[in-house]
Amino acid sequence: MTGYTATVTVRLKHGVLDPEAETTQRALERLGFELEDLRSADRFEIDLEAADADEADERAGEMADRLLANPTIHDYEVAVEERE
Amino acid sequence: MTVAVVQFGGSNCDRDAVRALTHLGVDAERVWHADGLPDDTDGIVVPGGFSYGDYLRAGAMAARQPIMAEVRAAAESGTPVLGVCNGAQIGCEAGLTDGAFTTNRSARFQCEHVHLRVERADTPWTAAYDEGDVIEVPIAHGEGRFEIREDRLETLEADDRVLFRYCDADGAVTDEANPNGSTANVAGVLGARETVAVMMPHPERATLPDVGGTDGQGVLRAFAE
Repeated sequence: MTGYTATVTVRLKHGVLDPEAETTQRALERLGFELEDLRSADRFEIDLEAADADEADERAGEMADRLLANPTIHDYEVAVEERE
Repeated sequence: MTVAVVQFGGSNCDRDAVRALTHLGVDAERVWHADGLPDDTDGIVVPGGFSYGDYLRAGAMAARQPIMAEVRAAAESGTPVLGVCNGAQIGCEAGLTDGAFTTNRSARFQCEHVHLRVERADTPWTAAYDEGDVIEVPIAHGEGRFEIREDRLETLEADDRVLFRYCDADGAVTDEANPNGSTANVAGVLGARETVAVMMPHPERATLPDVGGTDGQGVLRAFAE
């Protein structure tokens, strides 16, 4: 078994309104920053032991399917790295 | 009929639901989620609140507790199930109904009275009303914006599964009367069976005459049948 960190990034699907991101963008603009758009995402870093990177990827994907993301509003991606 | 009002850590409308149902002569009791559904359960309310602190997403954690598998099985066998507010979020997350409830368009928690248009009067939840009736009930939520995939919305509407829509006092379904930016002004929907419904507004807070307004009684009367 090898130690991996699976990073699951959960984003709102394209076109789904993100009031929190809009509020954050407005707050940045009030501070004088110039920006065209802002998107926010949730990132989960999951440390796990797996036989190989594919297995770690698969298990993290299952976690996203079962709990971390809601398929009605979210897309997600998984990236796996071996832990030092 | 004994109605189980399912209580999670962070539920806070469970007592209100029991009081409102009791007022209507319905036998109702609070049930701690870890204890499972009592054998004599003939109806289920998943009440409002902030289960699991709304961590991750409102309703996400509660929806995955073992009792929700029991609730799903009961719903499939025809037991009336109503999810209100956080209970609606839990119901969507648990797959009792289609769609999801997420952050209000305003990005704020909103606590106010709204008007709802009754879209169907031939369900247990709306038998006390006529189609097109306008009722006034409170909302109290930060994540009440109904979202659904476009193709699923078409199916939902084609199957006539929208129970209530936000409207103005005259029953006009307008963007101004939409408090949270819900898709198609949807405030409540039916599940696969008409005995399953979720809604963000609080009928149990519009049932006891001494707390202002009784327009919500009709919804809870489904359990009195």
